[in-house]
Amino acid sequence: MTLLEVKDLRKYYAIRRGLLQRRVGEVRAVDGVSFQIARGETLSLVGESGCGKTTVSRCIMRALDATSGEIRFAPGDAPPVDLVTLPRSRLRSVRRHMQMIFQDPHASLNPRMTVGDIIAEPLLVNNVGTAADRRDRVLQLLELVKLPRAAYSRFPHAFSGGQRQRVGIARALALDPKLIVADEPVSALDVSVQAQIVNLLLELQDRLGLSYLFVAHDLSVVKHMSDRVAVMYVGRIVEVAPTRRLFSKPRHPYTEALLSAVPKPDPRLRSERIVLQGEVADPADPPPGCAFHPRCPYAVDRCRVEVPELIETGDGHMARCHRVQELTLSGVG
Amino acid sequence: MSVTVLTAEERISHATQLQLTWWRFRKHKVALVSGVIILLFYLVVVLADFLATSDPHATDARRSFIPPQAIHLFDDGKFRPHVYGLKGIRDPRTFRLRYAPDPERKLPIRFLGRGYDYNLLGLIPTNIHLFSVEDAGPVDGIFLLGTDQLGRDLWSRLIVATRISLSIGLAGVGVSLVLGVLLGGISGLYGGTVDTIIQRLIELLRSVPTIPLWMGLAASLPADWSVLQVYFAITLIISLIGWTDLARVVRGRFMALRTEDFILAAELAGASRGRIIFRHMLPSFFSHIIAATSLALPAMIISETSLSFLGLGLRPPAISWGILLQDAQSVQSLALAPWLLCSAVPVIVAILAFNFLGDGLRDAADPYG
Repeated sequence: MTLLEVKDLRKYYAIRRGLLQRRVGEVRAVDGVSFQIARGETLSLVGESGCGKTTVSRCIMRALDATSGEIRFAPGDAPPVDLVTLPRSRLRSVRRHMQMIFQDPHASLNPRMTVGDIIAEPLLVNNVGTAADRRDRVLQLLELVKLPRAAYSRFPHAFSGGQRQRVGIARALALDPKLIVADEPVSALDVSVQAQIVNLLLELQDRLGLSYLFVAHDLSVVKHMSDRVAVMYVGRIVEVAPTRRLFSKPRHPYTEALLSAVPKPDPRLRSERIVLQGEVADPADPPPGCAFHPRCPYAVDRCRVEVPELIETGDGHMARCHRVQELTLSGVG
Repeated sequence: MSVTVLTAEERISHATQLQLTWWRFRKHKVALVSGVIILLFYLVVVLADFLATSDPHATDARRSFIPPQAIHLFDDGKFRPHVYGLKGIRDPRTFRLRYAPDPERKLPIRFLGRGYDYNLLGLIPTNIHLFSVEDAGPVDGIFLLGTDQLGRDLWSRLIVATRISLSIGLAGVGVSLVLGVLLGGISGLYGGTVDTIIQRLIELLRSVPTIPLWMGLAASLPADWSVLQVYFAITLIISLIGWTDLARVVRGRFMALRTEDFILAAELAGASRGRIIFRHMLPSFFSHIIAATSLALPAMIISETSLSFLGLGLRPPAISWGILLQDAQSVQSLALAPWLLCSAVPVIVAILAFNFLGDGLRDAADPYG
């Protein structure tokens, strides 16, 4: 059953110049993104920095107002609500069911509040239970994220990055949400700590039946986390597929290039790394045709003029490439 | 109740923001000393009349230009603080009356003795002073820093001037703070057109040269206003410019905080706007406001002093540092009574102390920076 369905989501920023702030153009940060997340599923959103993946996650959380499109969210049995048009007054009751985990665990916790107060805040502002109830719930959450009870009265500065991220996770879980939007939750952490947090997230998903939208730029983390992966490039999804298919048989040249950058644990398996030429296209002035064509080693004339559509190639695998049927791209594993 | 000894690490992990700031501030020795000096200054503000030895307004032509007197602590090997009485000597060439200490007459200093009447803390009528000299003739008294031309005791005047000058600075900063936090907060929180209007207003105000502006405003004060009315008017004039700095600090902090993840987290949790501002944003830069305030105070004090020195601020019979310096500006007083220049010392000490304190506070305010 679908928990979240994003349809043709767009977020444009106007570029204004001059004394009169005239609109001289727009940045298409997100330009027609569609995907679904089923209950208990993890969808990863992958792409280079600036490709719009964070904007997508912020639009879903309604931290940003989308320019157009639909975000249908069905946390309960009730019919889905559209988060794009939902009035602000009703937002709070819907937000209980979706929470966010942030990238930088140093910036996402108020340094002036104790860990107990930080985790209890969602409960407090939503008037859940008495003070004693909330305290019990926070201690229970601390246990859930494997932090000692003593953490309750401490301040965030006493914790390491990984521990702080656990605090952030506990806060996100406080209201028992259905959907967790995780915005690069491990990319600010040490590699050794990344695995612990990924395992914790997987375990929590098992125990609580959570759905994740996992935003990342690192494909190696994504492989262990997700059921499906969506690859974004300059505001658009260029490929969506179940994780194993995407890794073994990518259908878009950009995905192939990203995959070639994933470090392989076996030193004998030294494949050619595809180093992309040029810069990421400017979303304020995207190239005509396929946005990826200036950097694509397989580009033909058609790519320079015609914008490709997402083409289904079977088994839920879709790619936005004119040559999807002709090319045989190499994956990993 | 059991007493648990916390290790240093435990202590730090439970430390509130205030404690961390204090621990860090404590390491800044110069700022710490400055802080103590400022506290002493404000102690003088609170206890001004108690510390004064004679009525700062009382004039007496016979006491004109008495030089500072030395205090003698011991009399015949016993602790008995006293000052010598004064003997008037007519200068044979100028026929000017000069005073010299007369070692024959010893005037004992009484602690908590009686003097002129005043209200302690503005409430309790009393005439007890920290120290005074009793059984004195017309020109006998204790003149720690000498007297001015009108025979007023400089020490007492300086003490009372400290009260006016430091409190006018505080009041000015108070007004600036309210204006600055309010307008800076609106500017930073809402942004857009409101922000543009407020910022252009600040630029406009700052582009007006301050001295002519103050001169114009001070000149427009009615001459028949009482000392108290002038005092408040001057406070307002000074803070008219002072708020712009604070408004900029506050705006910058609000703008930086608006995009912080922990603010977004609170918003996503469903926290109200008021809660976000008062629980999350304000505490985050409260310490910065204190630091900015302590740096704004010396500017206020200097403003008042320069205005009064130029004769545009407070006017006699009010007593402030600027007015005392004004008394000391004539060649006559420099030649005949150089001790009148002492009035500059507290100004310099207080301004330096405030600046060091502000620096230390600013450094300590951000334990993560």
